[in-house]
Amino acid sequence: MNINATLIGQIITFAIFVWFCMKFVWPPLLSAMQEREKKIADGLDAANRAERDLELAKEKAASQLRESKEKAAEIIEQANKRANQIIDEAKETARAEGERLIAAAQAEVGQEVNRAKEALRKQVSELAVTGAAKILGKSVDASAHAELLNTLTEEL
Amino acid sequence: MAGNSQEYISHHLTNLAFGKLPEGYVRKHVGENGHVETHTLEHSEWTIAHSKEEAAAMGFNAVHLDSLGWSIGLGLLIMWIFRSAAKRATTGVPTGMQNFVEMIVEFIDNTVKEAFHGRNPLVAPLSLTIFTWVFMMNFMDLIPVDVLPAIFGAFGVHFMKVVPSTDVNITMGMSLTVFAMMIFYSIKVKGISGFAGELCLQPFKVSNPVLQAVFVPINLFLESVALIAKPISLALRLFGNMYAGEMIFILIALMFSAGAVLGLLGGVLQWAWAVFHILVITLQAFIFMMLTIVYLSMAHEDH
Repeated sequence: MNINATLIGQIITFAIFVWFCMKFVWPPLLSAMQEREKKIADGLDAANRAERDLELAKEKAASQLRESKEKAAEIIEQANKRANQIIDEAKETARAEGERLIAAAQAEVGQEVNRAKEALRKQVSELAVTGAAKILGKSVDASAHAELLNTLTEEL
Repeated sequence: MAGNSQEYISHHLTNLAFGKLPEGYVRKHVGENGHVETHTLEHSEWTIAHSKEEAAAMGFNAVHLDSLGWSIGLGLLIMWIFRSAAKRATTGVPTGMQNFVEMIVEFIDNTVKEAFHGRNPLVAPLSLTIFTWVFMMNFMDLIPVDVLPAIFGAFGVHFMKVVPSTDVNITMGMSLTVFAMMIFYSIKVKGISGFAGELCLQPFKVSNPVLQAVFVPINLFLESVALIAKPISLALRLFGNMYAGEMIFILIALMFSAGAVLGLLGGVLQWAWAVFHILVITLQAFIFMMLTIVYLSMAHEDH
């Protein structure tokens, strides 16, 4: 158990190692560890947040799906309604058109009848005049007997 | 392993000392033929001691090359390991050695946070250095006692004591450094008057100034003893434990030369003691560190 200069040597060595450790070992190690700790904590936070976000997104997707289904159903219903309407309208238009055509045809027939009547009347009056002239033996002065002829034509 | 057991033990407990032999010292050599030759030194001389007596004659002017060498070597090894870990330290996933180093650092950091109630950036790295370094120095105890001395003996080195913490110079060197820090921080935190007050006004404290004056020398005596006992107990605790452990390893090693049965028993005992010693070396390193933290914490406490 000799106490000698080894003591001094050890004191100096110790001091140097402690200084070295304080300067070059402890700070970088600890700061790296603390930074990593923070990173891990942040990562866990982010994971939690992402999970929550995912939940929300799922809910949103489900509600959107429901909504779109409803909308699709609505659209189909509207389309059906519209189709029925169009059919009804087409029916109505067809009927109206038919009626119109019938009316037009009837009017034309009427006109034709009138025209025929008129022609007939004219021919009858001519015949009547011709007949009368034959009977009287002389030609009937049209202008002189115009009034009479007209009256005759009216009556026919 | 020549010679009788006493010689063997004494050989194992002698440091390799390099020092200054005084003028007029009579050196003894055992010659080839077994005769003892002597020669007297005309001048004082720096040399390696060839015996315990020579080492003792060197007095304070000597250095234990083995203790200091292993101590510095182990310290450098640790610092290299930790420095390389510190250089590679990233915020990514740590692996292998990095993990191990960070585990130790975290352990020390937590211990310091629990035990040290001041604010001082020195304490944690100091604790790390103490714990790992003392552990490594103690760890040398687990290497079979004859291995390293035999290797060095082959190169002509007569003495080799490989466990630095069995050298009281080493443990005392560390504890005195800690003691210096205690005094420094006591004065820095409390001021000279605060520190002096702590020494003189405890444990006997009375309100009567005259009576207090009587108690001051008693307090000073008690507190000084308590203060000085700290570094000494710190050093001697580690030294004593390691020295005793080393001694038992040496005694067990003696059994190897005492026949097959005793040798086998010695092997079992060596193994058992080594296993137990793993606990001891770790514990002693931890105690040294813990007490350092506690002492420094006390130095930082202002009453």
